Amino acid sequence: MRIRHQASHGDEKIELQMTPMIDIVFQLLIFFIMTFKIAMPEGDFNIKMPLASSAPSIVDEIPLPPINVRLTAGPDGKISSIQIGERALKNFDELHQEIIALVGADAGPSAVASEAEVELDCDYNLEYRYTVEAITAISGRIVENAIVPLVEKVKFAPARPPG
Amino acid sequence: MRFPTKSSKAAEGDMTPMIDMTFQLIAFFMVLINFSDAEQNERITLPLSSLAKPPDAPADTPLTLQLTREGTVLFAGDEVPLAGIKPFLLREKEVLTRTDRNPAEATVIIRADAATKTGVVQELIRSCQETGFEKFTLRAKQEEG
Repeated sequence: MRIRHQASHGDEKIELQMTPMIDIVFQLLIFFIMTFKIAMPEGDFNIKMPLASSAPSIVDEIPLPPINVRLTAGPDGKISSIQIGERALKNFDELHQEIIALVGADAGPSAVASEAEVELDCDYNLEYRYTVEAITAISGRIVENAIVPLVEKVKFAPARPPG
Repeated sequence: MRFPTKSSKAAEGDMTPMIDMTFQLIAFFMVLINFSDAEQNERITLPLSSLAKPPDAPADTPLTLQLTREGTVLFAGDEVPLAGIKPFLLREKEVLTRTDRNPAEATVIIRADAATKTGVVQELIRSCQETGFEKFTLRAKQEEG
């Protein structure tokens, strides 16, 4: 009657040991929760900062003079005035419109925008966020979730002394 | 009428839904985990910009300089005042030159705090230029909408 004996054992349900698996699963869960970090996407603005060359190179064509954008700051570091050339502007939207008016909205390899250059002249104590805001207004705009570049060549004027 | 006969057996909770949920959570966190070695620091609040889109390809030979609102530079784990950044930059340049890379080709990524003075950023750029670095990018955080 050995066979029958075995058969009766085989009927029993095999119980899996769940405890070690759940232990490990929770360990993994804790690890991933601890290492979780929400990273916002970051992007870069290229700026052109060539060294002032002592011997000017001979160029065939005369480059366009840079568009001068002047940003002044109040004593608290907040923006107090925006000037493009000699014209005073109210806000960065206006600066953006002015840049579009100057270089044209058409994009392409022969567009003025690819040749034009903007020189930012900022006060020493101007908060950096306004500088980036100005660069944003100058360098492009968003049309239907795509970036249309405007002026890509941005450079800084020599730094003004503090005070 | 029938009554359950196995009343002596201990009542066992059903583990299946809990394990299902736990695996789901693990899968969620695994997918979102970010092992990128991008240098980031919680002390620095980047300025916001709607045009700041992540670059398609990472810059070759990047050099990240983080500028705090106090005007100190965080560079490779060290915090140095702006005036004392030159030796670090020179050392970096030396390393690049020894490994046959041109410092002028290296990209200096500037992660400056939104409340930093623009003049301080310009001073940092100037220090880099005097050392021999020529390519600069300003980093900003992507703005929603």
